[in-house]
Amino acid sequence: MQTRREMLARSATVAGLLAGAGFLPLSAMAAWPQAAFDSKNMADAVKALGGGAPVESKDVSVSGPDMAENGAVVPVGCATTLPGVKRLLLLVEKNPSVLAAVFNVTDAVEANLNTRVKMGQSSNVFAVAMMNDGKVFFAAKEIKVTLGGCGG
Amino acid sequence: MSDPMRIRAQAAGDKVTVRVLMSHEMETGQRKDAAGKVIPAWFIQEVTATHNGKTVLTADWGPSIAKNPFLQFVVKGGKAGDKVAVTWTDNKGGKRTDEATVT
Repeated sequence: MQTRREMLARSATVAGLLAGAGFLPLSAMAAWPQAAFDSKNMADAVKALGGGAPVESKDVSVSGPDMAENGAVVPVGCATTLPGVKRLLLLVEKNPSVLAAVFNVTDAVEANLNTRVKMGQSSNVFAVAMMNDGKVFFAAKEIKVTLGGCGG
Repeated sequence: MSDPMRIRAQAAGDKVTVRVLMSHEMETGQRKDAAGKVIPAWFIQEVTATHNGKTVLTADWGPSIAKNPFLQFVVKGGKAGDKVAVTWTDNKGGKRTDEATVT
């Protein structure tokens, strides 16, 4: 039979293990997320960053031109109106490295970021919002490229 | 040595729009030079933005970001006179920080 003292000791161990596991992603976050940038599609990239399955949402948006003349410089933006965003991701589906950028947003900035990406060919561009509660939403936009920007 | 970033921070109401233009090659590691040798990857991996010394945004970038990267973000609760600083680190360990005053 288990005594109360044993029970307490055991639960303390379990709590310690949980805390240890909880801290791991934090320390991993300090480094550049190599696995996420190596992944070949959106689901893998999101998974590598610790998110669940992405769901399409109208509250997330990708901005950019319908047609880009020069694939080396394509202005794109990602935004969401949802509260509690932890990260915004920008992905270019047909690039050799699919994940373009991960933005770790805080409450002090708006969840609306613009940058410029390279695109090797016409492709879908995804904006992914990873929320504090673990939910993942995305939006897609097709951008046609007349001159690729990844080859040499 | 890398060239300085161009940072423009403009206040409108209580929001500050920050536009940053960094000067960087952003080599993907996919291109080949005239001799057919692969040019090694060289790109910005981490970007940190601070507002009056407090980190407001961090970003991890891949080689898909365009050459001489541009970044625009909006800081809430800012005003003219505030300091905005941006730091980047590339995959070769290069680093640069530049600061601008909100106008």
